Amino acid sequence: MKKVNYFLAALLGLSIQFASAQVKKGSVLIKNATVLTVTEGTLENSDVLVQDGIIKKVGHNLNAPNGVTTIDATGKYLMPGIIDAHSHLGLDVVNEATSPIVAEVRMKDVVNPYEVGIYRALAGGVTISHAMHGSANVIGGQNATLKHRWGSTDPADIIMQEAPRTIKFALGENPTRVHGRGNGIQPRTRMGVEAILRNGFNEAIQYKKAWTEYNAASSQKGSTAMAPVHNERLQILSDILDGKIIIHCHSYRADEIYMLINVARDFGITKLVFQHTNEGFKVAPEIAEYTMGASVFADWWAYKFEVYYSTAYNAAILTENGAITSINSDDAELIRHLYHEAAKTQRYGGMTDEQALSMITINPAKQLGIADKVGSIEEGKQGDLVIFEGHPLSSYAVPQMTFVDGVKYFDIKEDADDQRMKVSPTEMVEPVMVYGGHDSRCMQDTEHLFETTESLFLLNQ
Amino acid sequence: MKRLNKIFIAFLFALLPMMAMAQIDGEVIKPRPGKFLLQNATVVTITKGVLNNTSVLVEDGKIKEVGTNISADGAEVIDCSGKFIYPGMIDGGTKLGLVEVSSVQETVDYAEIGNFSPNMQALTAVNPNSVAIPVTRVSGVTTVLTYPSGGLFPGTAALINLNGYTPDQMYAGFKGIVMNFPSSGRRGRYDRRSDEDIKKANEKALKEANELWDKAKSYGALTEDGAELDYYPEMAQLAKATTGELPLLIEVNTAADIQAAIKWVEGKGAKVIFTGVSEGWRVADEIAKAGIPVVTGPIQALPTRESDRYDTPYANAGKMAKAGVKVAIRTDGQENVRNLPFFAAFAAAYGMGKEEAWKAVTINPAEIFGLGDQYGSVEAGKIANLIVADGDPFETKTNIMHVFIEGYRMPLSNRQIRLYQEFLERSPGLKVN
Repeated sequence: MKKVNYFLAALLGLSIQFASAQVKKGSVLIKNATVLTVTEGTLENSDVLVQDGIIKKVGHNLNAPNGVTTIDATGKYLMPGIIDAHSHLGLDVVNEATSPIVAEVRMKDVVNPYEVGIYRALAGGVTISHAMHGSANVIGGQNATLKHRWGSTDPADIIMQEAPRTIKFALGENPTRVHGRGNGIQPRTRMGVEAILRNGFNEAIQYKKAWTEYNAASSQKGSTAMAPVHNERLQILSDILDGKIIIHCHSYRADEIYMLINVARDFGITKLVFQHTNEGFKVAPEIAEYTMGASVFADWWAYKFEVYYSTAYNAAILTENGAITSINSDDAELIRHLYHEAAKTQRYGGMTDEQALSMITINPAKQLGIADKVGSIEEGKQGDLVIFEGHPLSSYAVPQMTFVDGVKYFDIKEDADDQRMKVSPTEMVEPVMVYGGHDSRCMQDTEHLFETTESLFLLNQ
Repeated sequence: MKRLNKIFIAFLFALLPMMAMAQIDGEVIKPRPGKFLLQNATVVTITKGVLNNTSVLVEDGKIKEVGTNISADGAEVIDCSGKFIYPGMIDGGTKLGLVEVSSVQETVDYAEIGNFSPNMQALTAVNPNSVAIPVTRVSGVTTVLTYPSGGLFPGTAALINLNGYTPDQMYAGFKGIVMNFPSSGRRGRYDRRSDEDIKKANEKALKEANELWDKAKSYGALTEDGAELDYYPEMAQLAKATTGELPLLIEVNTAADIQAAIKWVEGKGAKVIFTGVSEGWRVADEIAKAGIPVVTGPIQALPTRESDRYDTPYANAGKMAKAGVKVAIRTDGQENVRNLPFFAAFAAAYGMGKEEAWKAVTINPAEIFGLGDQYGSVEAGKIANLIVADGDPFETKTNIMHVFIEGYRMPLSNRQIRLYQEFLERSPGLKVN
């Protein structure tokens, strides 16, 4: 067994090396910008040098090393690449809606680098998105953190390989609708949701114990101990218990948020982020004390009953209570202007520029466990940057260029209009989509459980 | 604790304009009529330029006077020095008041059963007490068109002011019959009909529309000639569009459909307004040539085609305006109509320009709805729908200090603000077990 583990570890190491070897790293010198570092204040007329994908130097009068392109950003603003902690972009499928717990499925197996939405997110300054499983299950699949390296055709190249593992949980109306009302099994209520969680973790403890006992016994000479049957689902749950995976939990109501905090505390789980969290403001002190914070919408509410008692001041209340707070999109349209969504916290709660910008940069980075690599303009961090015409928190701001690892993937002046990487051969005439504004996929692939696609669309978040 | 105290003080400070209305426990703040003098502001009239150090006198629900030396004469004086006065914004297309919680069918009143129900009156179903209404008006949106949807002729839309206790008190003087022009587009990701199915459905719908229109025309003509016809309320209502008594609001989005709709309305004698018009930029010249005004939005939307440039929805309104189309902007929203100013800002930034974007949420919708003499600008004689702000209302940093609707001074509070006040510093706070 141990040999196999070594072999797997070596293989994993190789595959990471292989993956990172494929990834393009660029060098660029951006000069004379107003640099919004997010963590180290605003630097007027400053330069940022990125070399081989890493921010080498932030300062004045920097010179471009040989062969490094210089971009004059006089009068423009430079900020860190925007990070969306909740997205479903670049995924072929979203929900494995077959059981209240499907911890074994992985979004990294269904990553689709061809989705033009990735380019459109870049055009809104977003360099990293958290490609999440849907919200049909109490414990959903494992998510993938993507770097928007548009143009790469290998799914591995747009996965941020160095990001820690995360998993989707979901509380409230969605899992109870799919399983309780749709399939006639637990959970049909918020009581059932808690039971699913506690039963799952207790089973995982048993599973872990069986393995611990087996490993102890098998190391004895002449052991005849039989290995327990491998169960990937329970293995993932025990990895959560061991703190190896960050939970990102779809949630709305204060009571269900509080419930999961209690469950997490009982099982010694601290790596927990709440998603949506519309009523997070009601339990902000608890979220601040016991979790890695909340990732919320700027102003979405009333599309379903569990978000009727929302307030757009949610992010401000959470922030003022000390909770790490990020603003996310969960939507292929909203992701295009997260800088504007963050700006809404200035209307609703008077957030400072730094607080507002943190919500789409360093705070989501913290919640994804990648704050040591991205989320601010600091020497040593990855060269994910956006140049804006106008302050990014102005409603008139227009992103100009977006860089990932120092490579320019979006340029408002140079890009072709049609950014598709492939054209569907089955569509003779390109379909025209008349969207009602939003395009969410949280409940995609559960259509068979609903009366009409319209009701699905409405219930989607 | 100290930190929270500081926050609380900052919070009180931020709420000063609201505190001025003295919220005492148990006291209910109501919209308040009266004579108000908004003194020494920069007045952005929209139609008559920007006036510095100018005052606006509000009386009997109207803008009585706009000038530099207006005497208070018993009016409540509101010092607006350093502030800006704009006309209240008008959203040219919403479902505000017709739905409370989208996924709860019991609260959804915009879609009646059937394909032909032009006599369904949105105004009847407007809930004056919808929680979304005060949430909307603190953003400076004072008037919205609210419309029914679903089917070929889903009903009659109504323009409402966001103040009043009955639909009639809210009614702002415009109604129009909604038509969903047969659409060759898809309704997004979940619409998985084949091209063939869409084409067939379209042809059928267009045939039906033609038949209904012809019948309605005869119905109207015969009625006018004094004929006594059977009770047919749907036909009687659509007949009003055929005679031009009520405008026809045609929801149409794809370029091909817009062209077909332009052709369809030719010679019909209807007063036509196009709504939606997502691909208007593709055929902007043709719309301009046809002289049909447009209510477009949502601006923050995805491009209609995968091959389209990412910013086409942002740029659409500006491109149509540049081609000579009279453009109004809508959110197409229900609970988030409050985003209208931000939609306008996006349109402005992507080619429309601020001035034209302001027109698209004020005087243009007013004129498109035939109410240009009553709404949409700060001019003496017009209805007193006004906002006072400490900056550009399209910016999120700007505070809206006062909102007046038909001369009523509106309370700047709503459930979302009250939740903020209660929960910013919750008591009891964290209980450590």
